[in-house]
Amino acid sequence: MIAPGTEPGLWQTARALVARDLRLLWRRRGDALQPLMFAVLVVVLFALALGREPQLMAQVGAAVLWLAVLLAGQLSLDSLFRSDAEDGSLEQWLLAPVPLAWLVLVRVLLHWATTAGPLILMAPLLAEMLHLPHDQLPILLASLVLGTPLLSLIGGVVAALTVGIRRSGILVALLALPLYVPVLVFGAGSVAAAARGQDPVGALLLLGAGLVVALVLAPLATAAAIRISLH
Amino acid sequence: MHPIVRWFHQTASPPTFDRFAARWSRVFYVAAVPVLLLGIWQGLFVTPPEQNQGDAFRIIYIHVPSAWMSLFVFALMALYAAIALVWRIKICEILAMACAPMGAGFTLITLLTGSIWGKGTWGTWWDWDPRMTSELILLFLYLGVIGLYYAIEDRRSAARAAGLLAIVGVGLLPVIRYSVDWWGGLHQRQSVNVFGDNAIRPELIAPLWWMVVGTKLWFAGSLLAKARADNLLREAGKAWVGERIGGGAASTTGEMPR
Repeated sequence: MIAPGTEPGLWQTARALVARDLRLLWRRRGDALQPLMFAVLVVVLFALALGREPQLMAQVGAAVLWLAVLLAGQLSLDSLFRSDAEDGSLEQWLLAPVPLAWLVLVRVLLHWATTAGPLILMAPLLAEMLHLPHDQLPILLASLVLGTPLLSLIGGVVAALTVGIRRSGILVALLALPLYVPVLVFGAGSVAAAARGQDPVGALLLLGAGLVVALVLAPLATAAAIRISLH
Repeated sequence: MHPIVRWFHQTASPPTFDRFAARWSRVFYVAAVPVLLLGIWQGLFVTPPEQNQGDAFRIIYIHVPSAWMSLFVFALMALYAAIALVWRIKICEILAMACAPMGAGFTLITLLTGSIWGKGTWGTWWDWDPRMTSELILLFLYLGVIGLYYAIEDRRSAARAAGLLAIVGVGLLPVIRYSVDWWGGLHQRQSVNVFGDNAIRPELIAPLWWMVVGTKLWFAGSLLAKARADNLLREAGKAWVGERIGGGAASTTGEMPR
């Protein structure tokens, strides 16, 4: 029971949640590397399937990298709320003295930093493996930095909707991937535009605008979805 | 209480809705059949063949009304879902979920007829044209809503979760529409525009309007019929269902069927 007047504020709860999540992540640090391994394997499979032709790979490299990052993020969606729903801490979120949407936002951003962050750091290496032209690399990184949080925010809604379903693997993909289409179109499209010598800034600005909108709206939708799922 | 508000409150109660839906679904069906038949007859036999496409253009009388319905039904589903989430009206949950399979059907018809038409006139079954791509994504959104609805055990929270997905989807529909436009714009692929520069002749358009009105009426009739069936299923076991269906049907169904 919290005494009146001593309720923890927004930043205090955020700090507590981040500290707890980071500690859990550190104790299972093997799991944290799985999205990275998955993306690397997808890139390797694509490179082999394309017949190891440098010309062909350079043309499709950015699209392959975007797909690898998108699929890795989609597979890690299930861990966003699942364990908290199982051990009951998600119910404590509902009772917390701060808005549920705030906790959701903190969790989604931390989840993004720990799953997509390593992927973005690895992207230059993977791009080199795919013989991506060097002048496209900054555009690719910028589109990933703007696009992957957007994927995490949209995916958070789907993860919250399916948190009450036991075996939700393929359903999460079925729900999330259509919603990912615009992000993929602008993200991969910006690099493709740069490859054709066109200006990629328009697509990047639209990604940024989408990110701002999603930062505001997606936590609210996710909070509503958690309330429905735990009902 | 205002009479219209009272009417809404009364219709939202399952027994009253059942009576309302039983009466009006029949009315809509009866109204839809002559309109649809008139539209098909005019479209197939009365209108002259088009100069460029000959008789192939006649598929427009199925394709365009179902394309409009596919978008309209999604918006309607999201509207019902929003009402159901805010005011927790059970009938609106049922109506929203009854929209999903029908909208998916219209979307599928649009894709199939469009692809047949495309084979005849463009020479290809499929192209990653903005309109076709966004219609395909719309189909996946519908399937996602249906899939989520049947994946959750509890019927009420299933309808609310799937409804929330429909609302998120309707927010993303314009984004999908324009993002693919932008992408397609790079490819410089001109899509066949029905009411664009090569506007079709006025005598060809009259059957189209009949078909648009007819599909709306048919949809209204089947939406009410399906919602009525879902409503009866959910309320099975209540006394009023037994009285309505007659012959103690309620006493035999002790449990709520899914």
